[in-house]
Amino acid sequence: MNQTVAITPQIVAEHGLSPSEYDRVLAILGRVPNLTELGIFSVMWSEHCSYKSSKKWLKTLPTRAPWVICGPGENAGVIDIGDGQAAIFKMESHNHPSFIEPYQGAATGVGGILRDVFTMGARPVANLNALRFGSADHPKTRHLVAGVVAGVGGYGNCVGVPTVGGEVQFHPCYNGNNLVNAMTIGIADTDKIFYSKASGVGNQVVYVGSKTGRDGIHGATMASAEFSEDSEEKRPTVQVGDPFTEKLLIEACLELMATDVIVAIQDMGAAGLTSSSFEMASKGGLGVELDLDMVPVRETAMTAYEIMLSESQERMLMVIEPGKEDIAKAVFDKWELDFAVIGTLTDTGRMVLKKDGAVVADLPIDPLAEAAPEYDRPWTPGVKHPVIAASDVAEKPWAEALKALVGGPDGSSRRWVWEQYDHMVMGDTVQRPGGDAAVIRIHGTAKGLAATSDCNPRYVGADAVEGGRQAVAEAWRNLTAVGATPLAITDNMNFGNPQRPEIMGQFVEACQGMGEACIALDFPVVSGNVSLYNETNGQGILPTPTIGGVGLMPHVEASVGIAFTGTGQALIAIGAEGSWLGRSLYLDVVCGRDEGAPPPVDLKVERRNGDFVRGLIREGLVESCHDLSEGGLLVAVAEMAMASGIGANLTVSGPDLHAKLFGEDQARYVLAVAEGKAAEVLANAEKMGVPARRIGSTTGSDLVVNGEAVAVAELKAAHEGWFPAFMA
Amino acid sequence: MKAKVHVTLKSGVLDPQGKAVSHALTALGFDGVLGVRQGKYIELDIAETDPVKAKPLVEDMCRKLLANTVIENFAIDLEG
Amino acid sequence: MKAAVIVFPGSNCDRDAATALELITGRKPQMVWHGDAALPDVDVIVVPGGFSYGDYLRSGAMAAHSPIMASVKAAADKGVRVMGICNGFQVLTEAGMLPGVLMRNRDLKFICRDVLLRVETTASEFTSAYTKGQVIRIPVAHHDGNYFAEPAVLDELESQDRVAFRYCDAAGATTEAANPNGSQRNIAGILNARRNVLGMMPHPERLADPLLGGTDGAPMFTALLNAFA
Repeated sequence: MNQTVAITPQIVAEHGLSPSEYDRVLAILGRVPNLTELGIFSVMWSEHCSYKSSKKWLKTLPTRAPWVICGPGENAGVIDIGDGQAAIFKMESHNHPSFIEPYQGAATGVGGILRDVFTMGARPVANLNALRFGSADHPKTRHLVAGVVAGVGGYGNCVGVPTVGGEVQFHPCYNGNNLVNAMTIGIADTDKIFYSKASGVGNQVVYVGSKTGRDGIHGATMASAEFSEDSEEKRPTVQVGDPFTEKLLIEACLELMATDVIVAIQDMGAAGLTSSSFEMASKGGLGVELDLDMVPVRETAMTAYEIMLSESQERMLMVIEPGKEDIAKAVFDKWELDFAVIGTLTDTGRMVLKKDGAVVADLPIDPLAEAAPEYDRPWTPGVKHPVIAASDVAEKPWAEALKALVGGPDGSSRRWVWEQYDHMVMGDTVQRPGGDAAVIRIHGTAKGLAATSDCNPRYVGADAVEGGRQAVAEAWRNLTAVGATPLAITDNMNFGNPQRPEIMGQFVEACQGMGEACIALDFPVVSGNVSLYNETNGQGILPTPTIGGVGLMPHVEASVGIAFTGTGQALIAIGAEGSWLGRSLYLDVVCGRDEGAPPPVDLKVERRNGDFVRGLIREGLVESCHDLSEGGLLVAVAEMAMASGIGANLTVSGPDLHAKLFGEDQARYVLAVAEGKAAEVLANAEKMGVPARRIGSTTGSDLVVNGEAVAVAELKAAHEGWFPAFMA
Repeated sequence: MKAKVHVTLKSGVLDPQGKAVSHALTALGFDGVLGVRQGKYIELDIAETDPVKAKPLVEDMCRKLLANTVIENFAIDLEG
Repeated sequence: MKAAVIVFPGSNCDRDAATALELITGRKPQMVWHGDAALPDVDVIVVPGGFSYGDYLRSGAMAAHSPIMASVKAAADKGVRVMGICNGFQVLTEAGMLPGVLMRNRDLKFICRDVLLRVETTASEFTSAYTKGQVIRIPVAHHDGNYFAEPAVLDELESQDRVAFRYCDAAGATTEAANPNGSQRNIAGILNARRNVLGMMPHPERLADPLLGGTDGAPMFTALLNAFA
């Protein structure tokens, strides 16, 4: 061992290992680790890589369905979409890096999730992102929004994968911890899916992609530590993305994957070469020996510690059979990417690292993986909030309330954001951003994939069980509203410090609610990511389990959007009449009260109503459709009007008109159908036991409620105006 | 030897990035900024050691690739 | 009609261009890797959109010096039609095949949205299927689409009827508000003197299929097809 740095308690603490975790290190090794070894333990046992606080509860989520090919545990989840094809997808957070350096943090977040998907053999076909920022009037927010949006766009646009959907929210709880959750969906042939499990003693371990520098050393540990005011000093650890190299890496990997050269492949994400080599060997029950002198580096005098912990981007690790190096090398040479054989698989069950001819680390793989800490952290159930009766909520004139909702930070158009994303490249975007779910054609087929990302953190904060249910149900509903069959989700669990029992309680309860909804809606979790310690100076974020949902449609041309397609169509509301104002946008924005219990989700009703709506869309009976979510019925109808410039005339009678117009009761949709089909739709609904009622028609260029009119153009000016004015 | 190349926009060509930087500086309270022009700085490590030969070589690189002479000027410093 | 699509490292609209060409002309174009010095014998060459070489240094600058571009130039000199879309337009200007340069957008942001274009000339094999003054809807998706050339160059383009498209509003007026990127004189696309090389920032290949929301881009490919009928 050539590293002579003395391992003091302070160095152990700087590596994020608790004294009891360090005792476990000593027990496994039977000696004091050197610095490189300590670094490896540190990243492998970080929250980010080990899921030590969350694993116990994540295991309770349903992950199976007949169409699930591969659930959580791989680089991404895989579902069968028929005709020998699979959709591969995952969502992952890059919260902390994006707060410190918004452009690069967000860009490398996109790069990382793309690699998780193409490493499995899929061509990435769509990106989504869920962004949450502090309140609009916080001094840092604009800077963060500008940087994150530019970073997401800068990377995705260059790589040439369309960014088709997502969400942007503002809330003061994110003032010190913004959330950047990026999702990628790819398409692969089911017989050409690549996994990370290494096999074949004597097989070659190959490094491809960019060279290794000192970027992001300790990024994975940083992502597992709370912020303090001095965290800006952590800036040097932020990685820099190179989307051009990523594009080449995608093409090179897919080209090589068309041959039979690759045995296993894994991207180098968080904790870089350490976690990729460790996980591949661990999954295969093998050992690995790496010669770090063979690793392509771009800086001089890099130590073993730095090479193993670097988070330089756009790198992959592969296992290939000896004798096939030339085939692989030719592909990477063509794409001008580095290619190096850096080691071999062994049967020792140990990770042995060599540098300058000496062994610099020698660690047992299984004990290190198996002994990874797993905590059953204490948790306390959340405090239930009282149900707020509609009659206890002030009734403001509807037009004024509507303008405040559609023209404020929460309800305004996100066009300013998604116009900075190329959402059309690849030539398959059928439903562009701005609707319930994005829809892309599966290239060269008549099929479509729908995708959405959803969470209402204010609901989850008020009742994590109900909020967890609602997040899953809303993703399911958004996919349904474009006509897709929801198939599976990826979850990105963003929470505060799990060592606080009330935060751990939020996590536990959100998992419970999500799990219930997943089972009831046949909507399993196939991949996910956990981001904890989203907390600054003791202020945690609202619990934010972001749900990325994916659905399938056999005939993509049958998909519908939210925009009205003509005048003289009947408007039909599906689901119960609005009654629930607790935690609604109306209560928050119009009345200044963020209070009460969130709307309950009846999963049976959700499923029944959704299946009915999807059936209508598939039969071609629906011209446009929008689910009801924040802002309720009237915001939904207004959005349909603003998207088209066509008005609507509604009749909705009181009492509690505000609850009927703005209530956020669940399992609801509004449909525009041809006048001649309205009776048929209503009759079908009755037959199926689905509440449905005619609420009006599309007409003119005003939104009229009970005879009182507001020009759609006026609403649109408010709706489209907020974001550009905020960012100007 | 090292060749240090500065690429700048020709005067008269609108520089939206320079304008934005100028605007931002003013917003930060730097009132005395009369104008900002943004350019590029490129450092080359070249095998040629004779400055007399290096100069035309780097000039050629600038004209062919490093600068777009429709809108950009370049200046070269040789060192070492 | 035989077509080729040039592929540079970082091109990402090569497949889109090929898909649109095949949809309209019924024939798959040949994909030509930038490292190949030789071009197949074709009637039309598309230099597609994307981020060739990451748009590092300047958009299109490095691709313009790729081995294949010498062949593209030689082919254009012989009369082969060359169509540069978005990054392809940037490559053609950097290669000196079209005048001017595409600078950073006026608002400094990447813009992806449908814009309206006024067809300025139908006297080319790219635009002959439109009518002069027609307003069409085509998407843009770029960061560097702000067309710049010296006033004398712009005057020459106009006097020779070489402006193919200008950004306009629904009434066909070339207003400042309708100009998405600050291009001089609202120029969105131009022709070379021989009229066989077209460069344009908007993406006609993205609206050539009704499923994607419009077909205003299709006549560009139909026109080329007709030229070889």
